[in-house]
Amino acid sequence: MSRLFVARNPRVAARSLDGEMMIMSGRDSTLFTLNKTATILWQAADGATPLDQIVEQRICAEFEVEPAQAQQDAETLARELASHEILQISEQPIAPVASNVSGESR
Amino acid sequence: MSGLLEEMTRRALARNIPLSVQLDLTYRCNERCVHCYLDHDDHGEMTTAEIKHLLKEMADAGVFILTLSGGEIFLRKDFFELLEYARRELTFCVKLKTNAVMIREREAARIRDLGVQSIQISIYSHRPEVHDAITLVPGSLKRSLDAIRFLKSQGLRVVMANVLMTHNMHDYNGVRALAEEMGVESTLDPTITPMMDGDRSVLSLNVDQSVMHQVFRDKGLIGDVEEFCAVQAPPDENALENLPCSAGHTTCYVSPYGDVYPCVQFPYTTGNVRQQRFLDIWRDSEQMNEVRAIRLKHLTGCSSCVHGGSCSRCPGLAFMEGNMLGPSTQDCEKSFARTGVPSVNLQAKRSAAAGAMPSSLPHSNLIQIRPVTEMARASA
Repeated sequence: MSRLFVARNPRVAARSLDGEMMIMSGRDSTLFTLNKTATILWQAADGATPLDQIVEQRICAEFEVEPAQAQQDAETLARELASHEILQISEQPIAPVASNVSGESR
Repeated sequence: MSGLLEEMTRRALARNIPLSVQLDLTYRCNERCVHCYLDHDDHGEMTTAEIKHLLKEMADAGVFILTLSGGEIFLRKDFFELLEYARRELTFCVKLKTNAVMIREREAARIRDLGVQSIQISIYSHRPEVHDAITLVPGSLKRSLDAIRFLKSQGLRVVMANVLMTHNMHDYNGVRALAEEMGVESTLDPTITPMMDGDRSVLSLNVDQSVMHQVFRDKGLIGDVEEFCAVQAPPDENALENLPCSAGHTTCYVSPYGDVYPCVQFPYTTGNVRQQRFLDIWRDSEQMNEVRAIRLKHLTGCSSCVHGGSCSRCPGLAFMEGNMLGPSTQDCEKSFARTGVPSVNLQAKRSAAAGAMPSSLPHSNLIQIRPVTEMARASA
């Protein structure tokens, strides 16, 4: 079975408020809030760590949940977040967006 | 406001989090709009490093919506560096306010890549001779409209922001039609605000009651005119506990020099981020907490005014008029144009002008002021 990689979509806006992550879609400015599990997934979605590893190290470590079920739920959640363009998912590692933060200016 | 955003705003209010901040990057500008409330000299703008430091402090404080404005933001040579830092590193929801004359294809593409939420662009008329006479820059309307096309072609959300004044009072429907034709949103602000330094001469550009009356009865702008213009019930005991607006509660403003105000229209210095941490000013500033403590029941006149619960009273305009607990006469005039019923403040002013010295603020039925419709009929 192929592994799944997840990355935060760089076009969304995000902020933690009261322990919940607020996410504004870059596609249509729809606002979402993520529950605790989804927030953990969001924060760990660096494009390089496979989803099964995130589930094992971050979700199963935090919640009392059966690993296979957690993996299935996380995959469903990741695909749902991807459908809203909040997360990017791929069977390959996802490269971070190149940054010009300390570089180019007009 | 969406239901979820309302809910997040309620939570931010309960936890004293500044959910939304407007940061003016510069007061310098490449236009010279006749109604502008700013001077355009550089009195010592924050450096790139200072602004980045501030942005980090704001993100840590919980700021989610960041509006970058000016002055003209694209005059900052580090604009894209700051924008990229705000978006990529700190994941703010960024809105821009600009005249857009410096936005071409390349800039539009970069704004899209950086995931900016919306770009508000000042358009004062659909006619170049009117718009350019307000900005005092020939060709500025064409440049701004070209920019809107570039931004639209990138799929970005654009809002045309029009300010109603004597120069363009016949053109607001033309701007609205232009916005519809270009597939963008539009807003109309009927209020000219005093200069930040307190100079009120610019207020002479405000439109008169008859124009305001006409605007408030324009179905295309207002929607349900009857509902909009109806006199609402005066504030009850619950309403008297309401906050006058979000300034200082979930929003604030930072000037290019680091001064923190409750709002861009409320130039009451509560601290400076060059001397204190943003969060310390937000939480502990005596001035910020003074603003924060104000409830409708504390407002002189407004708390007993029939419009008290429905007026658009701006505490910043009241402050600039001399008393943050007092009325904002410009908003009283709007309530009058909307409903035909004078506010307590307007009645007191007219009473004073007529030589009477009321021992207390009068009730609305003590002074005869005809609704605007009747005045128009009488003069016809």
